[in-house]
Amino acid sequence: MKISKEEVLHVAKLARLSFSEKEIGLFTHQLNQILIYMEKLNEVDTSKIEPTYHALEITNVFREDDIKPSLDKEKVLSNAPKKDRDMIVVPRVI
Amino acid sequence: MKYEAVIGLEVHAQLLTDSKIFCSCSTKFGAPPNTHVCPICMGMPGVLPVLNKKVLEYALKMALATHCKIAPYSVFARKNYFYPDLPKGYQISQYELPLAEDGYIEIEVDGKKKRIGITRIHMEEDAGKLIHDPYRPLSYVDFNRTGVPLIEIVSKPDIRTPEEAVAYLKMLRSILRYLEICDGNMEEGSLRCDANISLRPLGSSEFGVKTELKNMNSFRHVERALSYEIERQKSILESGGRIVQETRLWDETKGITRSMRGKEEAHDYRYFPDPDLVPIVIDKDWIEEIKRGLPELPSEKKRRFISQYNLPPYDAEVLTSSKSLSEYFEETLKEYNRPKVVSNWIMSELLRQLNKDKKEVTECLIRPKDLAGLLKMIEEGTISGKIAKSVFEEMYMTGKTAKEIVKEKGLVQITDETALRGMAKGILDRYPNQVKEYKGGKKKLLGFFIGQIMKETKGKANPQLVNKIFKELLDEE
Ligand SMILES: [Zn+2]
Repeated sequence: MKISKEEVLHVAKLARLSFSEKEIGLFTHQLNQILIYMEKLNEVDTSKIEPTYHALEITNVFREDDIKPSLDKEKVLSNAPKKDRDMIVVPRVI
Repeated sequence: MKYEAVIGLEVHAQLLTDSKIFCSCSTKFGAPPNTHVCPICMGMPGVLPVLNKKVLEYALKMALATHCKIAPYSVFARKNYFYPDLPKGYQISQYELPLAEDGYIEIEVDGKKKRIGITRIHMEEDAGKLIHDPYRPLSYVDFNRTGVPLIEIVSKPDIRTPEEAVAYLKMLRSILRYLEICDGNMEEGSLRCDANISLRPLGSSEFGVKTELKNMNSFRHVERALSYEIERQKSILESGGRIVQETRLWDETKGITRSMRGKEEAHDYRYFPDPDLVPIVIDKDWIEEIKRGLPELPSEKKRRFISQYNLPPYDAEVLTSSKSLSEYFEETLKEYNRPKVVSNWIMSELLRQLNKDKKEVTECLIRPKDLAGLLKMIEEGTISGKIAKSVFEEMYMTGKTAKEIVKEKGLVQITDETALRGMAKGILDRYPNQVKEYKGGKKKLLGFFIGQIMKETKGKANPQLVNKIFKELLDEE
């Protein structure tokens, strides 16, 4: 087993997701399959290879410090399920 | 047992750019809610963040000013967590391969110099702002601050006392302000400080269990929170208890730190390199270019003020605490080159007024050359030092020059010896008993006579001259 049921529950919690007992079993199985497949990479000798931090070869892409118009407030708020005084309303977190 | 505190600070500084770190929204403070927001800072699918070059330049300035090593290759990473002020579900920050590492700054506490190490400096984006409803279980989200550029400066655990922590923080703020990359306002949150603190038996080199302190919004809060936490941990350890590793919030009204336990998941941010942002490569030429552009920094300027102007270290410290104050001092010297006199006036009269009004020297109505003008009038004997103080206050309130005020109010010092002698004679005639007592040995009464003439002239009589005249009159017979 590459990943335990407890680890799957932990990751689910961090992602704010909840599952049925049946789903947990299914995802644990599927994630294990994926991780076992990824394990194949360990068969390659990478001891002399620098870790890759980025898939692209490009570096140093910048923009100048210029202000451009932001989005219309109506559009900003259009996806919010609840709003009040131009702010998005969420359940209290503290 | 004697304990020693081990303290490390994590400081976040908001950078003074016009636009956000990865998009072109304005960073201006105080705009109506959710008006400085776009698909990029809201984290809409399919958008592409691009780094603001000025953010990188500012971060490099700070890194070089604090003697850090610049990474030749650095990358952005995603820090994943869910919170309503974080629209993307991750904060773009740096984790492995930060921009700069392993620097230091020098602080001074009780005349003792000490080097405080800096572990790393990295760039990241700020989160939005949450306003909590006081009555209902609701919070309101304003995303204007989302994506405002920050640098995080992490110190090594080299700090041992709350005083050192404050000195370190003040020095960082001073450097940030000299570089003109952050306004350093702790109350408004453009400079924020979290602290890690643990205790260990004095002489031990191991680390104890630490707590993390948050919610300290001024230098005073930092000092009080750390002092409180040292006492709290000490009493737990002394009674055989154990410190729990946790985050604690400083409560300024109650003067205590409170546990945030239960509110917080174990840190598990699952950092990974951000595929949207390409790596940053800094070569030697670029580092040299930034270095050449650095201004004289507070510690160098302090050393120069001591050697060039022969000032006491305390004066030099105060005068170089802000760039604008040090410039005010040197501007004044251009017109009136007596450093210690100028320093005295700035440190006592000027700073007293400015501190009282919570103003910066840049907002002061007295221009450096006007202060110089006032000091010249004292030196030339046109006004007395005492009158000068009230002229100074008038200058501070109105922005008028000393000359204008002295002329308007007729404050020119009386140095006409014949006139003063006449007045002095009149006073002695009016107080025959005091004259008798004086002659009988009560020499302290000289002050009384001088006081009388000062009253009559509204303080305008030249004090040295008056002193001389009375002595002559009283001692001649
Ligand atoms: Zn934006």
